[in-house]
Parts: sequence; structure tokens; C-alpha cells
Amino acid sequence: MTDNSLTSELGALGYDAALESASLARLQPSYGLFIDGQFTEPSRHQQFTSINPATEETIATVAMASSSDVDVAVASARRAYNKVWSKTSGAERAKYLYRIARLIQERSRELAVVETLDNGKPIRETRDIDVPLAAAYFFYYAGWADKLEYAGYGPNPQPVGVAGQIIPWNFPLLMAAWKLAPALAAGNTCVLKPAETTPLSALILAEILQQAGLPEGVVNIVTGDGTTGAALVDHPGVDKIAFTGSTEVGRLIQERVAPTSKRLTLELGGKGANIVFDDAPIDEVIEGIIDGIFYNQGHVCCAGSRLLVQESVADEVLRRLLRRVDQLRVGNPMDKNTDVGAINSAAQLERIRELSNWGEQEGATRYTSSCDLPAKGYWFAPTVFANVAQSHRIAREEIFGPVLSVLTFRTPEEAIAKANNSKYGLACGVWSEKGSRTLWVAQRLRAGVIWANTYNKFDPTSPFGGVRESGFGREGGRHGLEAYLDV
Amino acid sequence: MSERLDVKKTYKLVVNGAFPRSESGRSYEVMTADGKFLANVAQASRKDLREAVVAARSAQVKWWNATAYNRGQVMYRWAEMAEGRRAELVEHVQLAEGVKKSEAQRSVARAIDRIVWYAGWTDKATQVLGGANPVAGPFFNFSLPIPSGVIGVIAPQESSLEGFVEAVAAPICVGNAVVALASERRPTPAVVLAEMTATADFPGGVLNVLTGCTSELAPHLATHEDVDGLDVSGGAELGDELALLAAGSIKRVYRPRVNDVGNSLRRLRTFVETSTVWHTIGQ
Amino acid sequence: MLVPAVISVPAIHNEDELRRFVRSFSGVDAVGVESRVAKLGTRSLKKSTKMSAIDMAISMVDLTTLEGSDTEGRVTSLCTKARRPDPSDLAVPSVAAVCVYPDLVAHARHVLGDATVAVASVATAFPSGRASRNVKLLDVADAVGAGAHEVDMVIDRGAFLAGRWGQVFDEIVAVKAACGGAHLKVILETGELVTYDNVKRASWIAMLAGADFIKTSTGKVGVNATLPVALVMLEAARDFAEQTGQMVGVKVAGGIRTTKDALKYLVVVNETVGASWLTPEYFRFGASSLLNDLLMQRRKQRTGAYVRPDEFSGD
Repeated sequence: MTDNSLTSELGALGYDAALESASLARLQPSYGLFIDGQFTEPSRHQQFTSINPATEETIATVAMASSSDVDVAVASARRAYNKVWSKTSGAERAKYLYRIARLIQERSRELAVVETLDNGKPIRETRDIDVPLAAAYFFYYAGWADKLEYAGYGPNPQPVGVAGQIIPWNFPLLMAAWKLAPALAAGNTCVLKPAETTPLSALILAEILQQAGLPEGVVNIVTGDGTTGAALVDHPGVDKIAFTGSTEVGRLIQERVAPTSKRLTLELGGKGANIVFDDAPIDEVIEGIIDGIFYNQGHVCCAGSRLLVQESVADEVLRRLLRRVDQLRVGNPMDKNTDVGAINSAAQLERIRELSNWGEQEGATRYTSSCDLPAKGYWFAPTVFANVAQSHRIAREEIFGPVLSVLTFRTPEEAIAKANNSKYGLACGVWSEKGSRTLWVAQRLRAGVIWANTYNKFDPTSPFGGVRESGFGREGGRHGLEAYLDV
Repeated sequence: MSERLDVKKTYKLVVNGAFPRSESGRSYEVMTADGKFLANVAQASRKDLREAVVAARSAQVKWWNATAYNRGQVMYRWAEMAEGRRAELVEHVQLAEGVKKSEAQRSVARAIDRIVWYAGWTDKATQVLGGANPVAGPFFNFSLPIPSGVIGVIAPQESSLEGFVEAVAAPICVGNAVVALASERRPTPAVVLAEMTATADFPGGVLNVLTGCTSELAPHLATHEDVDGLDVSGGAELGDELALLAAGSIKRVYRPRVNDVGNSLRRLRTFVETSTVWHTIGQ
Repeated sequence: MLVPAVISVPAIHNEDELRRFVRSFSGVDAVGVESRVAKLGTRSLKKSTKMSAIDMAISMVDLTTLEGSDTEGRVTSLCTKARRPDPSDLAVPSVAAVCVYPDLVAHARHVLGDATVAVASVATAFPSGRASRNVKLLDVADAVGAGAHEVDMVIDRGAFLAGRWGQVFDEIVAVKAACGGAHLKVILETGELVTYDNVKRASWIAMLAGADFIKTSTGKVGVNATLPVALVMLEAARDFAEQTGQMVGVKVAGGIRTTKDALKYLVVVNETVGASWLTPEYFRFGASSLLNDLLMQRRKQRTGAYVRPDEFSGD
């Protein structure tokens, strides 16, 4: 085993904890299902707990929706679609979405705190990225609601009907926004199923929908586990399924939807290549690599988890990268100065550990940040594997954690070949000061998103989604409407 | 005085720009619509399908790397070839579908016009399906439709030529390569039309046509992991199962819908991927 | 085990070699630099961290007056303030230096006596640098002769922008020689260099030519010190130290008026070049009004009450 603990002399100015106040969350001890505009008890009175992964403490109990609860929710969505939403003009729908956007902005700090407590991601990220972006998606799609005939899908595009939407735990509120905003703008009603480990921000969003006066049943939120999601996928009253999550589950969903007339969009896993050429702006490259893999603890489907660096600068990049990795501030997500927070769940931590162990067994060189990890909670120190071969599991499988695999290449052709040598195709990075080569590379990468001299940027106007086993369909932009229109 | 004996045509597969028999050596009898012997058509095997996918994968890169203008010219030339052999196509459609000559003539004309229509899309799809995105930051951001790659097409069983054209021209015009299973009982118009791609300057392998037993071949196309998309139009009652098999490798699946309208770009949209590029803007 | 630094600085004999070497570095992506400092700008310094950061910032101030209206009287009060910024609190450290025009150096030395506060002088036809080499060198000799411990020179931006990097380099070498034992700070006037690529290149030229410090600005043009420019210069200084073993200091000057701003710079130093640079020996703020804000915030940190500006002397 080669475990190289990093040491850093940086950071003489030790920062005192700058803790955000957990009381801003104003969480209730327990939450029901949000159906037909009301919080309701689940039919079987089953509940589950949502814990703070940074402390393993329970923060709220949440209703477990059974298939009969899903029935009720779908019926509510259907009723709202038939009686209200399909008769609401685009201009009126737009104003509801604008209201929701504003209410998210107004309650942004509360949402950020809830998200950090429930997910384990740093408050800096929920405050500066997740929550403002969630509002931005509502704001953007609001404007589409009364302009659908200009979206490029014909003169009178119609909604699909009732959309069943299943979202992951890595960006709970943001993913809810990505799903709900275009669906509502296009005139659909929704049944949203948040991830089992991160249901809370969606329930705050439910309160916001109430405050916005959104007609009852237009959005229903059913919390639960995989069985709840399966009930939604299989429900005959659902016209469309939108799923974001693992390729493994996405495949099951595609199979179950296959013999039906349901529409389907899938946003699945990835193993993003971040390609660094020898002329790239070196200091920005390092930050881009860091953003690519350690942002959100690496719990990002489009993470730049494979670093492909040109051999002539590989040593230099690795040296600078390792120095920087060791500076990352890992710890309490509620500390405003934390860069890397907690792993979302024990199960995810186990998977990251298992794959990292594989990396060592397969002979890659492991570097681990020297950061101290808290005693309680789920934690994994930022890790870099060098000397990784294309055939290693850590170069092929999605780890979904703060673990980077470093590979090298010699020519642009080889970089493309290695980047595309994956069953996935969600996102890639390209770093070069040479515009013509960047475009040459971008043209040949099989990926839905390509970031040139940047990484992990998101915007409501910009379509996001994958090719191959990273899924199909787009979220964001004009393209994101297609998933919710009968076209 | 004896009448001159016809020289009969042999119907083979179209794979990688060549016209092989099935590697299995098998063939099957194809009858005209009124039940007379028409031809012994090559019965493609699983291995032929595998070869066709390999050919398509390699051709797709060349096809996509050609300029959109060039792809349009090649597709238009395909229409020119078809126009020049209209009479032959009409005869095949007439025999295969059992329609009157006038109806067959109209059908062939429509099929050729569709090729022309799709030829025009090669250099417009990017503009119509792509665009620039005004992100809130110092980035130039644009979205382009890129081909999904290799598309498996189960061509419609009834509409032997028009249905075939619609199913293969849409994915091809946006840069995909196609492995198509021609209508099982009415394969000859598709084979004849596909042969013309050889003289239309298509890189070999952009359009591969297999004839044979749909229920035997289609599942292999649906499960082949190196096939990126599947059009199950001609799958009939196999449609559900094929769609399910396609899920194994997360294929894009096109299924006809009752409310499909003419000139919809849905088929074309199904087999492109929106690729979005961000680039920093700074001094 | 970390991979050791691999590049070392080659011997440079002429302008071609200089150009080739300086151009061998990668460019700077403006968006990347600006987003990095924006993120660092969200660091939250609280309690004891804030207190020690304020004291650190005070000790790094080059308390500056560079006006045509400067008098001995004004320099006297500046020096008095420099020695003991807050007469009511002896725990407040002295600033690093006072910075004046050459003709007031002798007076400043006189007022400061044996205080630890250094006397810095601008020179080389500050701020434009538009004078002959001879005049510039005489200006330096004047300041050093009057007892300046530190000389803040300006580079010839015209020569730099015209691509005459050898001229810029030679002038710094000549000024360095004229400085004798005085420390040389080289002002790049980054607001006139405009691009980060230029800032990076000018930083390298200055360091190769023997600068003890590289400094952002004169404070006399539209754009003075900015966080991203400071980041680029700090990264250059870090890389130079790695390759040569010599540490060069960085001075940010112009437009830094608030404690909040100053602490952002310290965070950037802390997280890019680290502890070694967090001393007055290697990091300075060229400022005048900043000091009072640091003193106000310091007292607020100590007492919890907000302070009225008149609690501290004007200069």
C-alpha cells in the first residue's frame, strides 16, 4: 500500500469557526406528505428519520409514502391538471413561477441552512450556489410559460399531463427546481419524490408553494424510499417520468417504462474527464480540478473525476494539485469557511471506501489530505490517485465522492480517445489557452456538457444532460422544455 | 422464336458499402403482395448484424466529420440516383405492396422528396436545434446537436419504401450511421434504394441494410451495447420488448405515436444529443 | 511524497533570452482568477482570527503620503502615527514604514529616530516614470542618500507595453545597484498593464532583475490594487521562490481603505502563498486611510461597541 499523507505549511491564519446558526432552519419535528395543497398524514402512518450526516443526529421525521399515498397524489395531480392548470393561461402560470422564485429568494438563508443540515454540504455552497440557482431556474422558466410557441416545438405545443419526478440527494432543492420549474411552465402538474436521505428542503419548498398560492394539487410531494419511487414510476396515471440518479436505477426505470406510453428523461451517472493541455493556465487549472472533483464532496454526476493531463506537464500539475488539496478545509458544513463537508450517508461512504481500496489494490498511488476528520458523522478525506490506468476500476466507475483519478496522455487524439473511452458521457473539461484546439476537442468529446477553462458551472439557460449511459433528455434552457411538452 | 429470358436481380445485404450475402449462407423466399415468388433474399444472421454495427461505428465518424454542406450534397445525390431509377423503385413498391402503379409512383415520388427534404436539414439542424445560451456569467455558451452515433432501425413492415426512407434519412441527415432491418416481407425496395448509396458518395457503412427475420434480428439490435439509439417503428407487437431490451444500455428509443404529425422533427430530435460548451471570456 | 519543483531559472544574457523565458509561462485565465478571489472573499474571519489579522494588517501598512501639498508638518504627524497608531492602546503594533517623496525622507528619518518604522521613498520619476535613466537614478541616489531604507520605483510601462522588456529589466538592475543596501520595491502599475498575462510577465521580469518586492500600483491611476492582480503577483512570487529559493515580497497599494478589504488580501495571501508571506517583511499595504479603519475595527473587536471616526487622529 502506498498511502501518502500530504502535509501543508499553508494557512498560518487559522480561521476561528464561523458557524451559521442552525436555528435559522425553523424545522418542525415531523413532516407529512404534501398532497393536494396540504400536509397530510401517510395512510399507513409510517415515518422515517432524516439525519444530519455531519453529526448523525436526527433532525426531523418524515412521512413514508406508500403506493396508496402515491395513488392519492397522482389523482390530485390529475384533478388539478384537468380542472385548473390546463385551463390556466401561460401568463398566469408565469406569475406563479415568478412568485415562487421570489419566495425562494426571501427564504434563502433558511433554505440554505436546511439543505446543509440535511445533506452535509458546506453552507457556503448552499448559500452561494444551490439556493440562488434554484430561484434562478424558477425565474428563467417563468418567462417561458407564456412563450411556448416560440420554443421551437411547433405553433401550439401542449403539456404532457402529470409528471412523476424523482430527484437525488446531492442537490435536493436545486434538483427539485430543475424538475418543477420547466414542468409547471409547460403546463404539467407534478408529483415529486425527493431522495430518502434529503427530503427536507423539498418540504420547505412545499410551504413556499402554499405561500405562493399555487393551486392545490398542481405540485404534490411524496417523501419515501425506493418503493415510493417505484410506485410512482409504475403508476398508470402518470404521463411522464423524469429521473435523476444512478445509471443502475435509471436502467430499471427505463425497463419499467418501456412497455408503456410514458415519456421518459434520465439524468444519470458520469465519469467526467478533465483534460489539461500543456499550455493551460496552470493556477486556474488547479482550481478547476479542485472545483471539478471536490465541489459538493464529489457528489456530482458531472464531477471531473478523471484528470487527463498531458504528460509533459503531469508532474508539475500533480505537485501543485496535491499542495492545493491539502489546503482544503474539511469539516463542519455549517462553518462558513468549510470547503468540503460530510459524505451524505453511511452507504455512500462505504461505496467510496470500497472503490478507493480497489484503487490501491490495483496499484495506483494514493494521496490523502492531512485534514482532521470529525469523530462523528460520515467523512472522507480528499483523495487523489496518481498512476491510474485506463483499465482500473477507479478510472471507469463512478465513485461519487471526493476521489480523483489522474491519468496522462501525449497527444490530443489520445486525450479524446481516453476521454471517450467510457460508457458514460455527461461532462468533460478542457484546459488550454489555444482556442482552435479547445474547439477541436469540444467537437470530438462525446459529452452533453463541455467546460472550457472552467468546470461545474450551471445556469438555467444552459441545457444539461448526458449522452450514452449518462441518460437522455436535457434540463435547462429552451431544450429543457422538450421533456415536458407533447412534441 | 423464343422470348428473351429476364436477367433476375439478386438481393443481398448492404453492409459497409458492399453487398455481401449473409455469412450464414441462408436466404428466404420473398413473395409479391399477390403471393407469387419474387426473390430469394439474403437472410442476415446475428453475425451479419454485428459486422454491420462495426461498419456503422467506423463510418459514423467519417460521416460526422464531413461538413454539413457535404452531407447535404451526398444525400441530395442519393435522391438524384433514386430519381434516375424511379421506374425500378415503382416496380418494386408495386410488387411488394400490391398497390396500383399510380399509387406506387406517388409513393416513390414522396419517398424521393423526403430524401431531398432531409438532405436540406444537414446544414440547418444545428441552427434550429442548437443555439447560444445567455448564462449569467463571463462565459460564451452554446449548444449544438451532435449525432447519437449508431442508430438501429426496425423499418416499418408495411410501407416498404416511404416508411424506410423516413426511418433512415432522419438519423442519417444529422450525422448518425444506421443499421436498418428492412421490412421482413417487403424488403426489396429498401435494398434497391440502399444500393444507390454506394454511387451517392456516402462513406461505406453510413447506411447498412439487413434483410431477414425481424423477430430474430431485432432483439440483437436492441441489446447491442454499441448501438446508441433504436427506432422500433417496424417492431409491431415486438415494440414493448425491444424498448425494454434497449433500456439495458440506456438507448434513445423512437416509437411511433398516434398523434405524430407530418414533418415533425421528433425522430430527428430523438437521435441527436445536445452538447453544450462553456468557454470563459476574458482579456 | 511530493514531486519536487522541476524548473529552475536559466541564466539570462539578453532580451531574447528574457523574452523566451518569461513567455514560457502559461497564461492567466481572467475568469478563473476572478472567481478564485471571489470565493476567497467569502471567508469569514471571526473573534481571535479577526483580531490577529487586524494586528497583522496594521504591522504591514506602509503609511503613505504622496501629495504635492506634503509638508514637514504633515510628515511629522504621519511618523508619529506610524510609531504609535493608537496612543490609548500600547498593544497596537507600529506600522511597517512611512512612504514619502525623496525630499521628505531626511525629515521622516529625523522624526522617527530609532523607531522600528522604516522610511520608504518613491523614486524614479514617480508616478509616471517618464524621465531619462540618469534622472531616475539621481532620484534614487537622492532618496538613499537621505537615508531611505526602502525605495519604491516605477517600471517603464511604455517600454513594457512596447515589448522592450530588456529595457525594463536593465532599468530595474540599475536602480537596484543605486539602492545599495536599501530594499527595492518595484511598482508595476498594473492598472496600466491591464491584462493578467502582463501582470504575470512584469512580475517575473522585476523579480529576475532583483526586486525585493513587487508592488501593484502608484495609487495615482484609475485602477489600483485589486484582489485578482494581487493573486497573480503572489502566485508569481511563490513560483519564483520555488525555483530560485529567493522570497520576493508583494505590496498592494492604492484603493484599500477598509478592514474588510485588507482582510480579504490577507486571506488571499494565507491561502495561496501561505504563512511565510504573512509578515511585514514580505507583504505590505500601501495606504493612508486604511490604518484608521483598522484601528476602529480593532477597538470594536475589543470592546464590542462601534467607534466614532473622530476617536483616531486624521493622520
